Amino acid sequence: MSVTTTVLGEGPGDGAGEFRRTVQMDSHTINFGPQHPAAHGVLRLILEMKGEVVERADPHIGLLHRGTEKLIEHKSYLQANPYFDRLDYVSPMCMEHSFVLAQERLMNIEDQVPPRARWIRTMFAEITRILNHLLNVTTYALDCGAITPALWGFEQREHLLEMYEMTGGSHYHVNYFRAGGVSRDIPAELPEKILRWAAQFPAFLDELEGLLTENRIFKQRTVDVGVMTAEQAMAWGFSGPNLRASGVAWDLRKSQPYEMYSEVDFEIPVGRHGDCYDRYLIRMQEMRQSLRIIEQCLLKMPTGPVKMLDSKISPPKRSEMKRSMEALIHHFKLYTEGYHVPAGQTYTVTEAPKGEFGVFLVSDGTYRPYRCKIRAPGFAHLQAMEALSKGHMLADAVAIIGSLDIVFGEIDR
Amino acid sequence: MVDALENDIRATLADRLPVEFVRTNWNRELELHTTRAALPALMLLLRDTPALDFAQLMDVCGVDWPQRAERFDVVYNLLSLTRNERVRVIVTTDEREPVASVSLLWPTATWFEREAWDMYGITFAGLADLRRILTDYGFEGHPLRKDFPLTGFSEVRYDAEAGRVVYEPVKLTQDFRNFDFLSPWEAMTTLPGDEKVHLNRIEGPEKGSETP
Repeated sequence: MSVTTTVLGEGPGDGAGEFRRTVQMDSHTINFGPQHPAAHGVLRLILEMKGEVVERADPHIGLLHRGTEKLIEHKSYLQANPYFDRLDYVSPMCMEHSFVLAQERLMNIEDQVPPRARWIRTMFAEITRILNHLLNVTTYALDCGAITPALWGFEQREHLLEMYEMTGGSHYHVNYFRAGGVSRDIPAELPEKILRWAAQFPAFLDELEGLLTENRIFKQRTVDVGVMTAEQAMAWGFSGPNLRASGVAWDLRKSQPYEMYSEVDFEIPVGRHGDCYDRYLIRMQEMRQSLRIIEQCLLKMPTGPVKMLDSKISPPKRSEMKRSMEALIHHFKLYTEGYHVPAGQTYTVTEAPKGEFGVFLVSDGTYRPYRCKIRAPGFAHLQAMEALSKGHMLADAVAIIGSLDIVFGEIDR
Repeated sequence: MVDALENDIRATLADRLPVEFVRTNWNRELELHTTRAALPALMLLLRDTPALDFAQLMDVCGVDWPQRAERFDVVYNLLSLTRNERVRVIVTTDEREPVASVSLLWPTATWFEREAWDMYGITFAGLADLRRILTDYGFEGHPLRKDFPLTGFSEVRYDAEAGRVVYEPVKLTQDFRNFDFLSPWEAMTTLPGDEKVHLNRIEGPEKGSETP
């Protein structure tokens, strides 16, 4: 990287024996990504540099735009569900969660969802949170030069993905949460498997923290880099761990509890400095809290049905369809026409691992959403990139992107 | 909860601004329908009145209702951390009339408004950066409008002879099929002697305006 400098003047400075040279440096632009490992997907970042210092950062997004919102408008509610797995593909079930809750709110069937289904959803939302944070923290360490955390973390992630597969039949795109419950019950051997995994996980977290938290190099890369004050974070629409790192004690699971979060005991870690290091610390602590929630979910989960009994919304059992004509009709109607959602609008949010994931759903009373706006937390976070990286070195920009927890599936939609 | 919020907002506004209060979602969410002229003042009041304190703008988006005279809704979802409540502000506009940008109140609005421009062609007055955001460089049209076909107008492929990616008009090997399942059993033509089914049929809601 060379900088063209023009010498404007030379001469003695103010102090004794001081020599002063005035130079003019051309700012130049760097095209960061979209094929860059530290860009976390397909981010194209136009960086205007002054020497090694970032002057302007202009993220160009949309390279992964698939028109999800348009496609959803042409699908029935049931068919729209799988698109949500493909938004933030490192935390699929949390994406489904908002959409499912939004439908349930519009149909006003929240109190008909069986408790077991709600406990299962709560548990998987937290498993997903750990999945997401494991990926973010370890790849973040990779961005900052440490390879080992990623190698260790992915082993743990694999165990969790196996639980996904046991339950929903797929590693990532499970399409498991449905309006009115979940698509099927968890396998009988799953609770024991989760408990066995949970028993060893704190030791892993300790090891991971041992690698990073007091690591001199890691701290040099992250402490006091990309500082966001609480006021700035609010103005930029931050949410989730990034907002809490700036010292705002705000978590939708506590403040506007949905599902079973009001019945479990957990704490919300809050940072103080709002720098990259605090954002990392928050995620580490959140994993421990999620583990607590998962254990409580397994303990408190009652037996019973896992989807609501109204066959107008959730499909009948296959065994029933063999005997009952009505069940057969319901099944056919449900998988052709789908269910109708009463006209209305709702903005329903959940605390996804990355922050507030909102679905603004407009229904016109038919079987298809009239409009489904997806409010992705990463969209707001990435926008603050210029505010965060201005005046920092180029290498810090990489650290900042990593600390924001960016996934392009949800940003580009 | 919504009642207290509505009363507080009414007290703050004191009938100075034309705002219509609407409850949606079984009386659980509050919508404020206002005019384009009153939008900046309303937003400022909502943000800066200590009793309301809607300090966070979570989302801005458009909704298209092509049959209306002013076809677009611009929807703002606000959040107050101190009140722990949300409110939705809605203004209407059409393809030409710009909506005042709120990016000076909340810097986060910039990208959301750019997206509304990109997807619907809604213009925002006072927005410093009205570029497209999600669609391709050089894209034409506004894809989330109801009259924009799902398949789009152009497609890209890599042309080995030209050695680059080329843009071409969409060629469908099969006509675009838009299944309307609203009445799967009544979609057939009238059978002889079955005319009364059609006479007694309840009209379904307006069908989507997709072009096949």
